[in-house]
Amino acid sequence: MSTATQTHDIEPATPQSEGTDRVDPAALPSTARRAPLGFAVLALVSFVVFALGAPDGSVTFRISGDGDLFRIPDVVVPGLLTEWLITALLVVLTVYAFLRVRTGRLTPSWAVLVFGLLFVAGFLVWVVGAAETPSVSLTGLLAGGVALSVPLVFGSLGGLMCERSGVVNIAIEGQLLFGAFAAAVAGSLSGSAWVGLLAAMIGAALVSLVLAVFSITYRVNQVIVGVVLNVLVSGLTGFLFATLLESDSGRFNSPPRLPSYAIPFLSDLPLVGRILFDQSIVGYFMWLAVPIVWFAVYRTRWGLRTRAIGEHPKAADTLGINVNRMRFLNVLLGGLIAGIGGSFYTLVSVTSFTRDMTSGAGYIALAALIFGRWNPVGAFLAALLFGFASNLQSVLSFLGTPMPSQFLAMLPYIITILAVAGLVGTTRGPAASGQPYVKE
Amino acid sequence: MTTPTTNSPTVNAAEDLETDGPAWIGSALQPVLAILAALVLGGLLIAATDERVMKAASYFFSRPSDTLSAGWSAASAAYQAMFYGAVFNPNGNSFARQIYPFTETLTVATPLILAGLGVAVAFRAGLFNIGAQGQILMGATLAAYVGFTWSMPLPLHLLLVVLAGAIGGGVWGGVVGLLKARTGAHEVILTIMLNYIAVNLLAYLLTRPSFLREGSTNPISPPVAESAQFPLLLGAPFRLHWGFVLAVAATVFVWWLLNRSTTGFELRAVGSNPRAAKTAGINVTKGFVIVMILAGALAGLAGVAQISGTEGSLSAGVAASFGFDAITVALLGRSTPLGTFLAGVLYGGFRAGAVTMQTMTGTNVDIVLVVQSLIVLFIALPPLFTAARGRRSRRDKSKTTRSAGAVKEAQA
Amino acid sequence: MKLELREITKKFGSFAANRDVSLTVEPGEIHCLLGENGAGKSTLMNVLYGLYRPTSGEILVDGEPVEFSGPSDALHRGIGMVHQHFMLVPVFTVAENVALGSETRKGVTLDLETTRRRIREISDQYGFAVDPDAVVEDLPVGVQQRVEIIKALVRDAQLLILDEPTAVLTPKETDELLAIMRQLKADGTSIVFISHKLREVREVSDVITVIRRGEVVGSVSPEASTSELAAMMVGREVSLTVDKQPAQVGEQTLVVEDLTVVGDNGVTLLDNLSLSVSQGEILAVAGVQGNGQVEFVEALLGLRKASGSIRLESQELVGRSVRQVLDAGVGFVPEDRSTDGLVGPFSVAENLVLDLYKDPRFHSGPSLKQKEIRANAEQRIKEFDIRTASAAAHASTLSGGNQQKIVVARELSRPLKLFVASQITRGVDVGSIEFIHDRIVAERDNGVPVIIVSTELDEVYGLADRIAVFFHGRLMGIVGPETPRETLGQMMAGATEEEVRSQGGLAHPGLQPPENSGTDSTDHDGDAVSNLPWEEQA
Repeated sequence: MSTATQTHDIEPATPQSEGTDRVDPAALPSTARRAPLGFAVLALVSFVVFALGAPDGSVTFRISGDGDLFRIPDVVVPGLLTEWLITALLVVLTVYAFLRVRTGRLTPSWAVLVFGLLFVAGFLVWVVGAAETPSVSLTGLLAGGVALSVPLVFGSLGGLMCERSGVVNIAIEGQLLFGAFAAAVAGSLSGSAWVGLLAAMIGAALVSLVLAVFSITYRVNQVIVGVVLNVLVSGLTGFLFATLLESDSGRFNSPPRLPSYAIPFLSDLPLVGRILFDQSIVGYFMWLAVPIVWFAVYRTRWGLRTRAIGEHPKAADTLGINVNRMRFLNVLLGGLIAGIGGSFYTLVSVTSFTRDMTSGAGYIALAALIFGRWNPVGAFLAALLFGFASNLQSVLSFLGTPMPSQFLAMLPYIITILAVAGLVGTTRGPAASGQPYVKE
Repeated sequence: MTTPTTNSPTVNAAEDLETDGPAWIGSALQPVLAILAALVLGGLLIAATDERVMKAASYFFSRPSDTLSAGWSAASAAYQAMFYGAVFNPNGNSFARQIYPFTETLTVATPLILAGLGVAVAFRAGLFNIGAQGQILMGATLAAYVGFTWSMPLPLHLLLVVLAGAIGGGVWGGVVGLLKARTGAHEVILTIMLNYIAVNLLAYLLTRPSFLREGSTNPISPPVAESAQFPLLLGAPFRLHWGFVLAVAATVFVWWLLNRSTTGFELRAVGSNPRAAKTAGINVTKGFVIVMILAGALAGLAGVAQISGTEGSLSAGVAASFGFDAITVALLGRSTPLGTFLAGVLYGGFRAGAVTMQTMTGTNVDIVLVVQSLIVLFIALPPLFTAARGRRSRRDKSKTTRSAGAVKEAQA
Repeated sequence: MKLELREITKKFGSFAANRDVSLTVEPGEIHCLLGENGAGKSTLMNVLYGLYRPTSGEILVDGEPVEFSGPSDALHRGIGMVHQHFMLVPVFTVAENVALGSETRKGVTLDLETTRRRIREISDQYGFAVDPDAVVEDLPVGVQQRVEIIKALVRDAQLLILDEPTAVLTPKETDELLAIMRQLKADGTSIVFISHKLREVREVSDVITVIRRGEVVGSVSPEASTSELAAMMVGREVSLTVDKQPAQVGEQTLVVEDLTVVGDNGVTLLDNLSLSVSQGEILAVAGVQGNGQVEFVEALLGLRKASGSIRLESQELVGRSVRQVLDAGVGFVPEDRSTDGLVGPFSVAENLVLDLYKDPRFHSGPSLKQKEIRANAEQRIKEFDIRTASAAAHASTLSGGNQQKIVVARELSRPLKLFVASQITRGVDVGSIEFIHDRIVAERDNGVPVIIVSTELDEVYGLADRIAVFFHGRLMGIVGPETPRETLGQMMAGATEEEVRSQGGLAHPGLQPPENSGTDSTDHDGDAVSNLPWEEQA
């Protein structure tokens, strides 16, 4: 569905594409030919579902809320006309993409971006238009989505640290869950949310430590360790929750909340105010973490080395880089980052731990990492999309639309499957990811 | 003439000479050690969280023996209760009562064995099937639908339900095989994602009138017809049903398939060395599809065991966490059919015993998950190898690496 | 830099890969380490580069004992290494690859500009023409090798280890590399040059140290005759030949027409290739590694998509699956037996039926016939003298030669209409080579058309009834085994048969090799002992 933004920086450069983007059509990578095909399918969906089932009346998207500095008028669009227009544009883009492939050229990124945005718009108009009250607050939708994506972003970034250095991290779920658990317990015992945050980071890093010891030191298969760790954390936190936290929740399971700050003036700006400038402290961390990780990965010595050991560890080794030590440290670092995401559950969202409360968010974070192509910004945007989708779920259930919420819940997973299957862009992970490095 | 020409084979040969004793001693001792170590750690956890122990620990330095004895009694009581609940209950007033726990173990083990076989088969072909959970759910869904909508005489109906379960799981697994074969997508990601799609799909279906009990909005299906249920194997009060026989049959079938059939030969070749398999004329991508259909179908049968065996109707929790447990079952069973069967019985015993344990000593059932995952971790832990195998340890380390390599290769 | 190795011994378990190796590299010297594959050259260099720790012995740099615990120690002492398999990160740019491990920084930021400048400087100095911002995986092999050299030079290496640098190069690229080596030497860099190719070694080295079975056999000057060097390498006079009668050529049953293979990236790998093979003859495909030979056999076997036509006894093979091609009677021994020919964890017996399990002999319905598979194994093990503990032993536990015998035994254990073998004796011990060669000739004499792909000219000369030369995916011509090595060499470098002829390639009849020349017993790729006849006369 909404493929959104980051699906398309063309193919990784292939030798023959030097100088020109025009090549023998037969020589195009097969994934390049799938893009127009994907377009065609989505355009058809748009036609059959959105256009033919277009809402009769108009649809309202509210932007300004009470207390905003100034008002931006609501966007009111005629349902029928908008849907037909969007569908027409999608068809045009599809034809364009087909023509490009015919002449041996790739679908440009802008076309994919525009296509994705149009499709999301078409979907929103359709789904809101079908509601009993065809009106929704765009600001609320976005702000809620951003809030829900906070743990996903941290989970993805933590996973990125591991995968970029060549260690597959299936255990993001376990890291988030154990982080949430540690934050709740330490926060309650100490009475300080900050101690809780610190404990979340250390807790998740402990999960990382086990992952690192088994998969790096002892070279046990990384996927196996990850899967088993998730079971272990689920069991351990479940057991301790039942044995300690439930029996004395006042002592063990009532952490204070981490503070939220609304930046004066800025937070009153319509639309962006609530999304950017009225956040929990963890939310602000997120906006910092993404550029920092991006910079670290692509612009520092550490990043160069990290990418090298994830792609060709032996090459790095011959240049004097201690591959396994660096992997070990990066996996621990990844745990610290994922732990921040874990703290969101028990120090921001609610203030108590419950059994298996992350309910698969770690896997969505993993999906975001893959869909975002192992790039911090890509992972961030993917996590935002997935957060947005899950927020839409709850918003739509209030509006009473015919769209079953379960289908929206499936969205991240379906998109990820399409992404790894090469139907929406190509994915190419770190080459050595999953392979233990054995020094001869 | 026979001088060594390359380094590595010679090194291997040299190590082979150092082997001191039959290999099976090591390979049998190792799981036993892993299980013991996990149980000890689990026991420590039980002891550490026990109220009396904590009380005694508050004056640990004045009388440490109190803490230790309290800890010992907490852990041993829990494990004793588990044993009573899983194997043999000496307090039973009849023989039937006494052995009832073991039949319970076999009942719980049934879906674990079936789903475990699904994971193991895929493993042997070099694929990680993390998706047993979704496959169980889809198998259960289709089986339940056939079970509560159609009405037919017993053997036919049950047969169709079993078939429907296998198809439901098989399709869910087959999708993975197909996508992997066609697009090269990694099966770990595909199966994880399909698990969650299955969960949501089932949640959706359980809001549809055709899947709900008449006049009810609770997310639970009508009970499946009597004719769609497995007859009890030993009669009341035992819950053990013919699904267990199905699990035994499936184990034998998988053994035959892997070790005695041409298809199994192909699958194992694909799993061990996909390139050589391809060069030998084996269709590797077809192998992926076949093995994932098979794996899914086996997991789907686990869904049938739930629907037609113990649960009797479809609900969101019908698969419990069997799909994830199945992975640990297959790993403990080293992906061999017999090993998987035994591991399934062991974990079935843990689960069955845990229920008794919780009622008798108040120890939370989740301790089973902890023990279960620790076993799998310990099994892979080389220091434990060293204890079990002495000098052979080095070779086994390379074995783990190799299997990882094979999987990596398979995904390429 | 002066480098001394004193009595270096490196053991793996009980196996000594190097035993008491001593050698001295003087400053500005090109010191060649000559030896067969598996002789222990690479192990020694990995010891020197700090990748392995010597079991005993010491390394002296400029007279001072050093101990390397890792490559970075070696790098710090001015030792750089160009590995046989390049140590480059494919998705990185040249600059990123060069910077890796010794990055310059501005604050916390990576400073690639300094690296770029250094690359341009070195590139200009040696005429490398390397763009610092090119992505490595897009570069040709020869250029990638230069990136490796730049990596060492940027780190101020005073001693450069080149491990089999010419294995992947065309003759022209090889000559360019030799020129670069001379230039480096002129600038004072010491070079350790590892090779088993006598021509290059004699051309460029100052001193040649020959290693055999991990031990130094002796040091000689490049003036030593090639036969002398060869004898030192192999350990005895080289006299083994393939015994064979003249071919009894029958019907032309394999006809390849306009065979074209295009790679995934649009590069033409095989270009309109046409040839034919008759019953009872051996056609050898010669050429430098990577000139389309692999693609040719893969297309033949259906492992690769191809256009054009391959007809075997008038049955079209293009577009068929591997299974169908095998069923059509094609026997195939792949180049890399351990990755393509065998399943390591399978038993010897299972590997002996790896592509035969669908034969009615070995299965009934969906079941395998265990007894027949075992009986078959016993028989083949005896027939092919496969040295294994038992038929149930894992194939991976066998030595290279015995593994190859499994593959050959399997492929020859059914009636064939065509036999294709790639680098059939690579990494195989001398005894096994003889045996395998004899079996191939026997197959020919049974009236089977045979195609042998080999980069070893000796093997080509020893087995071939006709020789097809490949260059850049094209057929340069098909010539007889009496063709002089020089002509063949020119064809392998891209000249057609006619061009060689018109340039007077045949004007030196004296260059013709004597009958049965060249078939040596080296167990390895490359033309180790190969160049004997014409080099001696040249």
